[in-house]
Amino acid sequence: MEQRNSPAPDTGVRPSSKPGAAANAPIIEFRHAGKVFDDGTHAVDDVSFQVRPEEIVAIVGPSGCGKSTLLRMASGLSPATSGEVESSHERLGYVFQDATLLPWRNVQRNVELFGELRGAPKEERTRLASEVIDLVGLKGFERHYPKALSGGMKMRVSLARSLTMKPPLFLFDEPFGALDEITRERLNDELLRLFATEDFAAIFITHSVNEAVYLSNRVLVMSPRPGRLIGEFAVPFEFPRSADLRFEPDFARLSGEISHALRADLT
Amino acid sequence: MSIEARREAGLDPARSGAGTVSEPGPQKPARRSRAADLFSKVAPPLIVFIAFIAFWYAVSYLFLEETQRFLLPPPHDVFIVSFLDTVNLTEILNALLSTTQVALVGLAIAIVIGVSFAVLMSLGKWVERSLYPYAVILQTVPILAIVPLIGFWFDFNFRSRVIVCVIIALFPIITNTLFGLQSVDQQMHDLFTLHKASRWTRLLKLQLPHALPAIFAGFRISAGLSVIGAIVGDFFFRQGEPGIGRLLDVYRAALQSEQLFAALFFSSLLGLVVFWFFGLIGHLLTRHWHDTAGQEV
Repeated sequence: MEQRNSPAPDTGVRPSSKPGAAANAPIIEFRHAGKVFDDGTHAVDDVSFQVRPEEIVAIVGPSGCGKSTLLRMASGLSPATSGEVESSHERLGYVFQDATLLPWRNVQRNVELFGELRGAPKEERTRLASEVIDLVGLKGFERHYPKALSGGMKMRVSLARSLTMKPPLFLFDEPFGALDEITRERLNDELLRLFATEDFAAIFITHSVNEAVYLSNRVLVMSPRPGRLIGEFAVPFEFPRSADLRFEPDFARLSGEISHALRADLT
Repeated sequence: MSIEARREAGLDPARSGAGTVSEPGPQKPARRSRAADLFSKVAPPLIVFIAFIAFWYAVSYLFLEETQRFLLPPPHDVFIVSFLDTVNLTEILNALLSTTQVALVGLAIAIVIGVSFAVLMSLGKWVERSLYPYAVILQTVPILAIVPLIGFWFDFNFRSRVIVCVIIALFPIITNTLFGLQSVDQQMHDLFTLHKASRWTRLLKLQLPHALPAIFAGFRISAGLSVIGAIVGDFFFRQGEPGIGRLLDVYRAALQSEQLFAALFFSSLLGLVVFWFFGLIGHLLTRHWHDTAGQEV
């Protein structure tokens, strides 16, 4: 199915208006935020950064460094125990590594879920759902149950579900980590396309340095637990980005630097 | 190559144009026909059944003297006396009907009580902590020991038989439902938390649907148990319409072993039917999305 959906990359994509977005107030801001769990585990320590509107910030770090905790702090699921996290918007799209679809609902009804929880009228839900299903390239699969979908398609449904809320901020917790590389790269491109057409900012957690560089305006590097920010790299490449960017020397150089920063703290 | 095989191999023009690589030739094995499929399912239990009947005849005729043959009358005698004799058959079927009523009413009550209790327990840890030990006790107390008590308290009639049924059938429903409600992924819960779902919404849209396969697994076990409960009840509570349990006792006392076997057959059949029925309902409700739902049906 992955090859079904291939909108021409140069349609509907606005020229590189994304980076910068400087003058705007941050959409979310961490100020010396830290997290110590009840059992004493020190997960995150003194993290400060901002995400401005329409900016994608990628965070890379070794496993168990508190990346996911950072997102839980950002969403309010697990509030910071020190410092503060200030968010200018309530609505946010949270995409987990698992697609977290309800298996007893078909694609259409899964995508309608958040509208239902919000109490949106049926008509609006249906309209919004078919809109975003189209957007993620799943038209024709509305009546399919998750059981019958591939991993990549499930992720698309998960994305579509969040898109129904038109969130100004997306939190991605290694959303493509469980997918094969081809599917992952394809979804990266689709994400960039969505990023260009739907205005949202995002924090994107990943293991993969390449993915981080390819998707983001900025890459933050985290240390092993307790997670601290130990590096920040601006990603200078213009949007829209194409798959070939991954083979450019500048891309490789930047990825290399980030990998070094990651490894420096592991020793 | 058969027509089916050609289709499978992609020679069907309707299928080969869709951009798929279609190479004619016997690459893909033709799917087995439905008949063969059915045979492979039916044959093994059928063989066991035939062996069982043969063993039965062997014991009846080879091991038992004629004077002892009432201990295990041959299958055809059982069939003739019980199934072809309308007086006997009516007697057994009437008793079976009465037992079925007891079992179904008991099961229905057990389902309502069991699911409600499980939902209550899932709502609060303290409810679970305070009620669960008693659910376990209900399960472990020897039913035969409390049956006389139930008779004292509630009379020796239909009501008491139903109560025995409920007690026997309740536990699997509670534990299975509770397990189902509590085994929802944390991430799913997070998702509902993020969207400010109320406790009630969470229960209706997340936990109960998720628990459905487990709940029906519980129903299925309890359906079989409720039949046992009804028969045990029959043994002890003799007022009102006689059930199959009482009939079993009468046949035993009168050494009417052909009827005894027939009654045994029908009560097993009843258990099997209710077990199968709930398996089927569960399967129909969850087949879209649940892999193992009702596989054993």
